[in-house]
Amino acid sequence: MPDTLTAPASLATTAPTPSADLPQWFAERATTAWTTFDSLPIPGIKDEHWRYSNAKRLDPAAFHRATPAPESAEAEAVASSIGLSDTAARLIFVNDQLVQSDTHALPEGVICETLTDALIKHPEVVQQHFMQREAALGSAKFAALHLAHVQAGIVVIVPKNVVVENPIEVFHWVATENAAIFPHTLIVAGDNASVTVVDHYRTLGEIPAFSCAVADFVAQPGGRITYAHCQELGNAATALHLSSTSAHRDSQIKSFQVQLGAAFSRSESISDLLGQGSRSDMISISLPTASQVVDQRTLQHHAAPHTGSDLLYKNALYDTSRTIFAGLITVDEGAHFTDAYQTCRNLINSEEAEANSMPGLEINADQVKCSHGSTSSPVSDEELFYLKARGINDHDSRKLIVQGFLEDTLSRLDHEPLRHLIEQRIESKLASIA
Amino acid sequence: MVTALDNDITDIKADNIGDFTFPERNKFDAGFGVSPRTVDYISDVKNDPDWIREFRHKALEIFNSKPMPTHWATKDLDNIHFEEFRYYLSDGQKPKRSWDEVPEDVKRTFERLGIPEQERKFLAGVEAQYDSEAAYSNVKKVLEDQGVIFVNSTEGLHKYPEIFRPWFGKVIPTSDNKFSALNSAVFSGGSFIYVPKGVKVSHPLQAYFRINSEQFGQFERTLIIADEGSEIMYMEGCTAPKFETSTLHSAVVELVAMKGAKIQYVTVQNWSSNVFNLVTKRGIAHEDAEVRWIDCNIGSRLTMKYPGVIMKGKRARGEVISIALANSGQHQDTGAKMIHLADDTTSNVVWKSISIGEGRSTYRGQVHIPKHLKGCKNNTECDALLINSSSRTDTYPAISVKGNKHATQHEASVSQVSEDQIFYLMQRGLTEAEAMSLSVNGFINDLVKEFPMEYSVELKRLIDLEMEGSVG
Repeated sequence: MPDTLTAPASLATTAPTPSADLPQWFAERATTAWTTFDSLPIPGIKDEHWRYSNAKRLDPAAFHRATPAPESAEAEAVASSIGLSDTAARLIFVNDQLVQSDTHALPEGVICETLTDALIKHPEVVQQHFMQREAALGSAKFAALHLAHVQAGIVVIVPKNVVVENPIEVFHWVATENAAIFPHTLIVAGDNASVTVVDHYRTLGEIPAFSCAVADFVAQPGGRITYAHCQELGNAATALHLSSTSAHRDSQIKSFQVQLGAAFSRSESISDLLGQGSRSDMISISLPTASQVVDQRTLQHHAAPHTGSDLLYKNALYDTSRTIFAGLITVDEGAHFTDAYQTCRNLINSEEAEANSMPGLEINADQVKCSHGSTSSPVSDEELFYLKARGINDHDSRKLIVQGFLEDTLSRLDHEPLRHLIEQRIESKLASIA
Repeated sequence: MVTALDNDITDIKADNIGDFTFPERNKFDAGFGVSPRTVDYISDVKNDPDWIREFRHKALEIFNSKPMPTHWATKDLDNIHFEEFRYYLSDGQKPKRSWDEVPEDVKRTFERLGIPEQERKFLAGVEAQYDSEAAYSNVKKVLEDQGVIFVNSTEGLHKYPEIFRPWFGKVIPTSDNKFSALNSAVFSGGSFIYVPKGVKVSHPLQAYFRINSEQFGQFERTLIIADEGSEIMYMEGCTAPKFETSTLHSAVVELVAMKGAKIQYVTVQNWSSNVFNLVTKRGIAHEDAEVRWIDCNIGSRLTMKYPGVIMKGKRARGEVISIALANSGQHQDTGAKMIHLADDTTSNVVWKSISIGEGRSTYRGQVHIPKHLKGCKNNTECDALLINSSSRTDTYPAISVKGNKHATQHEASVSQVSEDQIFYLMQRGLTEAEAMSLSVNGFINDLVKEFPMEYSVELKRLIDLEMEGSVG
C-alpha cells in the first residue's frame, strides 16, 4: 500500500515540467495544453461524443504520473515482452521509461527514436506532424493531458522509397498501482516508403492504471503505413487511445486495434484522406468479458476526390460487458468519387451484454459510393447445431464460431507473423472464457 | 359558375398547388409571443376545463426551462424567434358539419386542395383545420352508429373526457422535448379519434391542416385510440402558402393501439419552404398490436420528425416507412424511434431520401432493446439519393441492444442515379429531366406503394414538380 503521506500528487493537479533540453516550441505547447486541460470540464453525458458512455471513467484525479519502476519490475516486464520473432526494431518502455531498445536491424536512413530523443535530434519533422489534428471526437481534454505530460513513445521517420520489411515493435508497461503513462507514436512514411509498427499496452499484474496514448500517422504520397495496437492492460485498468491519420496522394494506411484488456477502454480514430487516390482501412477486434466496456469512436474524413476508406469493427461480447461504437463518414464538398464503407458487427454471447452502435454518414459530394451497416445478434442456433452434430462440444463450438466471426478482420492483415501474433493473443483470451 | 373568388386565384399556377392565401378574418387572435397571458387567452376562448388550463401553464414553464436541442440538432433552430409568432387565430366559429356552411374562402381553399372531392370518393370522414381551429368536420353516419368518434381535440376533451383524459399526454409527456412542451401549452385543433372494440374502419379518415396566416404557429394535437381488435387508417395532409416570414408548425400526435389493434397513420406534407416543421409523433402498441407510420415529407425549411413506436405488449409490431425530399434551402431531418419493451416485438424502418440542389436530408434513428427481453427484432434500411453535386445527406442511427436473444440489422447507402441508366432512357427518347424523374420515382416506388392510391398519385406528381429544373 502506498504511504498516504508520500502518495504522489494526482494528475489533475500536477502541472508538467518540460525538461530544459527540449525545444522551446514543445515546452510552450505542453504548457498551453496544461491550461487547456485545466479549463475544459470532463465531458458530461449530454455530449453526443459520450453518448452511452461515461467520461468520468477517465477522471485523471484517480491517477498519478508514473515514476520509474523498481528494477525487478522492469526485469519482469522485459521478460514478459514476448511478441514477434523478427523485428526491425524493438523497444520496451516501463512506466514511460525506455528500458530496452534494439534498433540494429533497421534499414539505413530510417529514424526510430524515443520521442524525447527525436525532439532534440529532429525537431522540425516532429514539430510539423506532432499532434496537429484536433481531438474532434470528444477527448480534447485528455489529448491536452497527454500533450502536457508526454515523454515516452517513439518517432519513426522512413525516408523516401525505403521499405522497412519487418515490423517495429514497442511494448508499453505500467508497473505501478494507479500510475498513468502517456505513450506517443508518431510515424511519418516518406514518398513511396513503407513501414509496419505494433504497439502493445500492458500492465504488470491486475493493477488499476491508466494508459493515455496518442498516435499520429502521416503517409506522404505513395507511402504505406500498417499500424496495430494491442490493448492488453489488466482488467482493472483504464485505456485511452487517440489516433489521427493523414493520408496524402496515393498513400495507404491500415490500422488495426485489438481490444482485450482494461475495465474501460476508449479509442478515437480519425482518418483524414487528404490526397487523391489515398486509402485508409480501419479494423478492430474487441472481446470484452466480465464488466469490461469498450468505447470506440471513429471518423472517416474524405477531403479529396477519388479516395477510399473501409472500416470493419467486430465485437464479440460476453458476460455483462458493453460496447459502444460511434462512427462517422464525412465526405467534403468536392470530394467526388469517394468510396467509403463502415461496418460494425456485434456477436452477443450473453443475456446481460449490451451493444450500442451509432454508425453515421455525412455526405456533401456527388458520385459517391457510401454505405454503412451494423448488426447485433447471438450465435446462430443452426451453426451451433451443425458443429455439435459433428461431435464438437458446446464450448468448443461456440469458440470456433467466434473465431470464424473474427476471421475476416484478421484476413485483412497481410503481414503473416503479425497476424499470427494477434491470433495468439485472441486465442489466449478466448481460452480464459468459460 | 365563375365567382369573384375564382378570378382571384385563376392566375395561380397549377404547380404551386398550396401557394395562395385569403385575407384573414380572425375574431380571436392571441397576439405575438407566448406567455402565461397567451395561455390564459387560449384557455378562455376555448373554454378549457381547469385541468387543461393547469396542464397548459405547467407545459409553458417546461417549455421555457428547456434549452434548444442544438447540441445534436441543426443550429438553424436558433433562427426560430418565438416572440415573432402568433399562437392562436380563429374566426370563432364552430366546425361545420355540412360543406355548404363552410365560409366561402375556407371552402375555396380546401376545394383547391381537393378535400370534398376526396371525401365523396373514398373517405370515411374528414376534418379540415384552418389556422388554429377546425373549419369542417364530418364522419359518415355508419361509423358514428358503430361508435367511432372522430372530432377535433377540443370537442374530444369536452365531450369524451373519460376516454380522452386517461391517454392525453401519456404517450408523449409534456417534458419529452422543447416543442412538445410548447404544443402542450398552446395546442388547438387536431383530431381525436376513438375506435371501439372490434370495429374495423374500412375507409381511411382524413385530416387536412392548412396555415393561412402569416407569422403563425399551428399547434394541433391529435390523439387516436384504437380499442382491442380494432383497425383504423388515418391520413393527414398539410400545406401553407409561401410568406415572406417564417411559419411554425409544431404538432403532437399520440397513438394508442390496444391489444390486437392496428393503426396506420399516413402523412403527406407539402409545406412551403419557410415553415419550421417540428413535430413529435409516437404510438404505443400493446399486445399483438401494430402501429405503422407512413410518412412523406416534402417542402418546409426545416422538418424535424422522428415518429416512434413503443412496443409495450408481447408480439407488438412497429413500422416506419418514410420518404423525404429536400430541395435547395430545405433540411429534412427525419427518422424513427423504435422502443422495444416486451418479448417477441418486431420493428421495421425503411427510409428513403432524395436531395436535390443544395437540399439536405438527414436520417436520425433510435432502436432500443433493454435488458431481460427475448426475441426482439429490428430491421432498418436507409437509402439516400443525391441528385446534384451540392446535395447533401447524413445518417445518424443509434442502436442499443442488451442480451443475446435479439437480432438487429441496420444498413444505409448513398448513391446517385447512374449515368448508364440516364443514358439508356435518353436513348429511348426521354429528355434528361424525364429520365431523372423516372429514375427517382423508381427509387422510391416500393415505398410509394404503401400509400393509399390517391396519395401515391399525388406523391408522384409532387416529386415530379420538385425535380423540375434540377437537371440539365
